[in-house]
Parts: sequence; C-alpha cells; structure tokens
Amino acid sequence: MIETQEQDDAAILVRVRGLRFARGRRWIFDGVDLDIPRGRITAIMGPSGTGKTTLLRLIGGQLKPHAGSIRVDGREVPKLGHTALYELRKRMGMLFQSGALLTDMSVYDNVAFPLREHTALDERLIRDLVLMKLQAVGLRGARELLPNELSGGMARRVALARAIALDPMMIMYDEPFTGQDPISMGALVQLIRLLNDALGLTSVIVSHDVQETASIADYIYVVSDGKVVEHGPPEALNRSESPWVNQFMHGLPDGPVPFHYPGREYLDDLLDEAG
Amino acid sequence: MFTGLLDTLQRLGRAWLDFFNRLGRGNLFLLHVLAGLPGLLLRVRLLVQQIYSVGVLSLLIILVSGLFVGMVLGLQGYRTLVDYGAEESLGVMVALSLVRELGPVVTALLFAGRAGSALTAEIGLMKATEQLSGMEMMAVDPVKRVIAPRFLAGFISMPLLAAIFSAVGVYGGSLVGVNLLGVDEGAFWSQMQSAVELEKDIYNGVVKSIVFGFVVTWIAVFEGYDTVPTSEGVSRATTRTVVHSALAVLGLDFVLTALMFGEV
Repeated sequence: MIETQEQDDAAILVRVRGLRFARGRRWIFDGVDLDIPRGRITAIMGPSGTGKTTLLRLIGGQLKPHAGSIRVDGREVPKLGHTALYELRKRMGMLFQSGALLTDMSVYDNVAFPLREHTALDERLIRDLVLMKLQAVGLRGARELLPNELSGGMARRVALARAIALDPMMIMYDEPFTGQDPISMGALVQLIRLLNDALGLTSVIVSHDVQETASIADYIYVVSDGKVVEHGPPEALNRSESPWVNQFMHGLPDGPVPFHYPGREYLDDLLDEAG
Repeated sequence: MFTGLLDTLQRLGRAWLDFFNRLGRGNLFLLHVLAGLPGLLLRVRLLVQQIYSVGVLSLLIILVSGLFVGMVLGLQGYRTLVDYGAEESLGVMVALSLVRELGPVVTALLFAGRAGSALTAEIGLMKATEQLSGMEMMAVDPVKRVIAPRFLAGFISMPLLAAIFSAVGVYGGSLVGVNLLGVDEGAFWSQMQSAVELEKDIYNGVVKSIVFGFVVTWIAVFEGYDTVPTSEGVSRATTRTVVHSALAVLGLDFVLTALMFGEV
C-alpha cells in the first residue's frame, strides 16, 4: 500500500480526492477527484463560474477545503502549517489572470522580486537570471518598462517570467487566454507548451477557451456543477457522446445548458404585465 | 408592526455581530503585523521608503496647517487675554494648547486624511489587482512585506509630525502675537518657558501622538487589507479609514486627557 502511494507520488504531482468546498450555502465542488501527472499539461475546463480559479487557490493552499484531500508532491496541502506551505509554494508558480505584477516596480524588478525575497544571490547573478527568464518570454528589451506601460499579453508574459524565476516544479495558469488578441494568444499558447517541455514543468491550465486549450493540453478535465463531468485526452472529449460535453466543446448556443436563464413561462410573464 | 420590530432587532444584532467580528479580525491582523516587525530590522530600506511616502510627503500639509493654527491661536488668544491685561501670557496659552491638545489631535486628523487614506487605497488596490494574492503564491507573506513596513512607518512618523506641527504653531503664534500685535517678545518666550513643563505637558503630548499614530495607522492598514476587492470596496474602505480614525482620535483624546490632566 505504501509502495503504491510512493509510486503514485512519483508519477502524479497533484492528487485531489473527494474535494468538497462551499461558498456560502452553495457547493462549488461536491466530490471532485482528479490527478495531475508530472511533466504534462493538464487542463481544467468548464463554464464561467464553476470555480476553476477556486480550484487553483485550493491547490495553492490559499483556501481550505471543507472535506477531501489535496496532495501536492506527496504533501497534504490543507494540513500544512504556514512555514511548510510557504516552502511548498516556492516550488509552485501561479499565473494570475491579471498578471498580478507589482505596479510600483519595473518589469526587471518584478522578475527579480522572488529571487531577491528568497535567495541571497549576488545582484550580478540575479541580473543574469532575470535576463534569461525575460529572454525566454521574449521581453528582454522591455525590462525598463513599468507594468502600466505593458499590453495585457505582455503583462502575462512578464508574470510568466516571474513565475519561472525560482525554477518551480509546476505552474498553474488561471485563464491565460482570456482577452488576448490572436497574436499574443498564439505566443502564449506556444510559450506554455515550450516552457513545459523545455523546463520539465508540470502545467495546469484553467480555461474556457476550448480551441486553444485543446491544442496544447495532454489531458482535459471538464468540470461543471461541482463535479468532474468527463475527462480524457482532447481528441476523446471532442468525440464525446455526452450531450453536455458536446455542447461545451463545440460551443453550441443551446443544448443541455439552456440559452434562457430559468424563469416563469414566457407567456405568463407577458400576460401578467398586461393585466 | 411586530415583524417590523423583529426586523429592527435582527438588524441591530447583525450590526453588533459584524462589529465584533471585525474587531476580532483587526486584532488578529495586528498580532500578525507585530510579528512581522522584527524582520524589518534586516530590511531598513523598505522602512525608509515607507517613512518617505507616509511621513515626508505629509510634511507640507502639516507645516502649513501648523502655521495657520498657531496664527489663529495668537489672534484669538490675544483678543481674550488683552481684556484682562494678560496678553503677555499669550505665549503660554499658544504653547500649552498646541503641545497638549492641538498638536497631537490636529496632526492625527490631518495624518488620517493625508497618509491614512493613501495607505488604505494603496493596499486595497493591491488586493483588488491580486498583487497581495500573487505575493502569497510566490511564498512572500504580504503582511510582512507590504503591511509591516507601512505600519511601522506610520507609527514612527506620526509623533515626529505632531512635534513639527507644535513647533511651527508656536512660531505662528509668535508671528501674530509679537510681530503683528506687539506683545512683548521677552515676556512671550520667558513665560512660555517657565509655564510649559517637560514631564506634564511635553511627555503627555508625545504619548498622545504615539497612541494616535498607532491607532490611525492600524485602522488604515487594516481597512486596506480587509477591503472588498472592487472599486466600490476600495472607496468605502478609504472613507471608513478617515471617519473611524477621526472618531477614534477624538474619543481617545478625551480618555487620555482625563487620565493625564483630569482629577477624575
């Protein structure tokens, strides 16, 4: 039993079992199981408001689940103390939707921030590391700029350079493609794949951009109404027989998820108003 | 009628619960901030930066306000004292009003408006734009990295600003009293010197300004950190900082004055 657990930890970086999490009276997750294998790109997809970002925060230990287990690299995240959690986070990168760059610092200082906070490296060495990370995302020339001078796509690339500054074991991407023009979208898609393979990372992408995500993900979990609806490689999901997954993957306006928000009968409503 | 009463009771109960809830969170937050202070000894640069933005940038408003408050004290005091032929005590009146009361209180109110609101808005916006969350995920404790230096900077700056306010105020009083209204300069300063006591007046004023600095900065950083992360939330938090700080300062001033000077 212990041996299989160890074998599992060697292959699987994040293991979620029976996860339950509520906001107010609403269950965001009601029994979610998923495995995120090392070295792969795993996507978690689902409609807006299904708590995909919440899932990343649960994995990162910023929120605590009401029940269930979340193991990252063999450690039970919800049970970690402050110090152990912060130690673990040094090996996890997270890319926020907004980039979450520190607005009072230049691009260079933003990327140098985790290095200066967590290492005692010499400034010259930090400079080399920062330039290498910025080169990887193609923004070495933009190092003097301030975050408010960057476009949305550039800000995300800087945030990506910052996320890989400490050479983490995994990166979590929160809606990396939302609101990007086609060019920066293409650049991001390529970067995520490239960094994952070149640095031997494990990537978790949370997104509802089906095409882009399906093009780089190795495995996809589709989440809706607090549960994993279906999972598999992208090709398998594209051919899914479930009407719901079919509607989601192909972006059909009507189907199991109705176009109309639930309400009274249309006719009744109109007549009521007239009366 | 009956349900209306119940509703009111319910709202009242909820308001009290919310109040104690916030008070509890505010205290836990304060403990967390205090725990982050020793680490600042190694990072003096962070502290100096914040003392600049919290303290040095508040200097202008403190200097100008102090000068005018002192000048008004000079004018008003002279008009009252001259009726009793006691205009030579003008220096005493100006100095004691400033050192005991107006210095710490007005500085704290101005400080809440100038530096406190800025602290709340800055921290609140950092929260709204996920910068604090981002730091947490980079394994950097935002309370230690962002809040603690700002808190300590406010705590250090406030008494210094209050001292500057009083000094400038006394100068303003002398400008009006001595130079404009013709009170004898020697009497103005020598009476002030003999009447103002170091322990009773100056120390108590300094204690007040330290207490106010602590409370105003605490309210400001807590409101920022506890903001609802939307633009409306940040604006409400900023307003709350100024209103709560002002009420806390005036209320505490009465308590402190009663303890220090009252025969109660």
